[in-house]
Amino acid sequence: MEAQAATWRPTSRRWRRALESRRFLAPALIAPAVIFMALVVGVPFVWAIYLSLTDAIGGSLSGDWVGFDNFTNAWHDDNFRRALRNTLVFTLASQAVVVVGAAVLSNFLVRDFRGKWIVRFLVILPWAAPVVLSTITWLWIFDSLYSVLNWTLARLHLDNAIVWALDVTHVEQGAQAPLQWLGRPNLALLAITLVHAWRILPFAVVIFIAGRASIPNEVEDASKIDGATGLKKLWYVDIPLQLPIALVAVLFGIVFTAGDFAVVYLLTQGGPFNSTQVLPTWAFQIGINSGSLGEGAAISLFLFPLLVFVSVAMLLFARRAQVT
Amino acid sequence: MTWRQKGLTYAVVVPFAIVLAFPFAFALITMFKTNLDLANVEHSPYLYNDLEGGFHWDFWNYATTEHVRFLFEDTNYPTWLLNTLLVGAAVVAITLVLSLPAAYALARLAGPWGQSAGIAIFLVYLVPPTLLFLPLSRIVTELGLKDSLWALILVYPSFTIPFATWLLMGFFKTIPQELEDAALVDGCSRFSAIYRIVLPISLPGILTVVIFAFSLCVNEFIYAFTFISSSEQRTVSAGIPNDLIRGDVFFWQSLLAATLIPAIPLALLYNAFLDRFIKGFTGGAFR
Repeated sequence: MEAQAATWRPTSRRWRRALESRRFLAPALIAPAVIFMALVVGVPFVWAIYLSLTDAIGGSLSGDWVGFDNFTNAWHDDNFRRALRNTLVFTLASQAVVVVGAAVLSNFLVRDFRGKWIVRFLVILPWAAPVVLSTITWLWIFDSLYSVLNWTLARLHLDNAIVWALDVTHVEQGAQAPLQWLGRPNLALLAITLVHAWRILPFAVVIFIAGRASIPNEVEDASKIDGATGLKKLWYVDIPLQLPIALVAVLFGIVFTAGDFAVVYLLTQGGPFNSTQVLPTWAFQIGINSGSLGEGAAISLFLFPLLVFVSVAMLLFARRAQVT
Repeated sequence: MTWRQKGLTYAVVVPFAIVLAFPFAFALITMFKTNLDLANVEHSPYLYNDLEGGFHWDFWNYATTEHVRFLFEDTNYPTWLLNTLLVGAAVVAITLVLSLPAAYALARLAGPWGQSAGIAIFLVYLVPPTLLFLPLSRIVTELGLKDSLWALILVYPSFTIPFATWLLMGFFKTIPQELEDAALVDGCSRFSAIYRIVLPISLPGILTVVIFAFSLCVNEFIYAFTFISSSEQRTVSAGIPNDLIRGDVFFWQSLLAATLIPAIPLALLYNAFLDRFIKGFTGGAFR
């Protein structure tokens, strides 16, 4: 072993020294990952921008330069407007549910109680299960004829309350037909929002719990000594300290919801009558199904400002979270 | 805890657990239903009923495993599971090869700009596939990879690497620098210090990354959906909605069995590694 090392050393001494020096080593270790990312994310991203400025159609990688025509065309299309609005509505509404739910649930899940592990297992299920697969289960739950939701609501005599609240009366041959969760615009919007909230909630709960755990015990003790209790403690101590990490959870939720394709595509395919289209499904519809690659790329790029906003917010909060 | 606090805890936690787990429990019930039982709107969807809609305590005599058998014997489901495992394993391997060195360098060697570079890499994770799939689907076709698992193996690391680098950075930071310094002083080279000290200590963290990166691959839909069109080359996420739903014909019991089976092992793994995930996720920058 030693002899081997001895013969090996002279020829590669320079290499060894280089490997030991930080200035050389750090870039050398980081470079492969960065180069790979540049190829599989950077190149397609730039290409998407290029495509959005051309009239490229399916089956080609280029087209004639058309400037911002694709963007203005998309913008003046009612379906696009609706997709943009729906993306925002789904994202904001589901995140509102998630934040409230996660704040409440995480508060109780940090306590010690019997059967905690099984509760934790059940709570985490929606996050652990692949989203496509659980969405198919929801498709069955919202079925037009066999919906278990309708069956249960009818037994609890709550179905008429929903018909009244959401104004979705649906009479067929003189009789009240089952609620069409995915067949009526109002109900479909609600259903998709709920599925998004359902699948993001466990992740948010986990992050909230982590945020709680990151507060040093001294803070807890100090606030106790200073007499902070109940709502006062919640407002002046718990919320400010947990805010940065809670916001991180929200930002993630925003990106996962706004960029999601699977939930809407599988539940409604954007229907009925394009009333539940979101930017990703509309980009798919135009770019792949209709073959207008350029316009599809333009539509998907409308997500980008949102992404930039979230990224900047993330950087700011990451920095602030470090200070605390 | 007082009795009142305990009661309040259960009153909050149990309804949440029921709502969150409901689709899975319901899928578990439905996958064993007989066609006649399923197709009768008067029958309780929660129970296995006889032909008149009555329930008997020997309910297993009114259920069937026929649809699960159908799933495994008469569909490509086993192939999809295998494909998913293959793609996941290959992607995880590529991810580790590229992100282990990067994460180590960012956590240990890069100094003050390592933090910023780490966050920058992580931000790439936030670029949704829906932004990239149009040009990527064309690029994949030009490379002759359309309809091949290699297309997924090539593209999936685009979201697993940033995620894994971030987590690993968090894990490496929790290892005391002194341990490595001691090894270096004792004459270890940087690489043998990594190999002998850092890697063994961070093994649980690396396993966490393996599990979560793998699960990201299972979750992916839009690439698998657009890059691959033949049934034999699909992964579960693309195969189930494409091939088990034919027009208006839904094989519901088989479908639900297909969705439940991959979810269970993933959920068990998530639970086992959750605490480590949190440590790595929040250790990366939010400390």
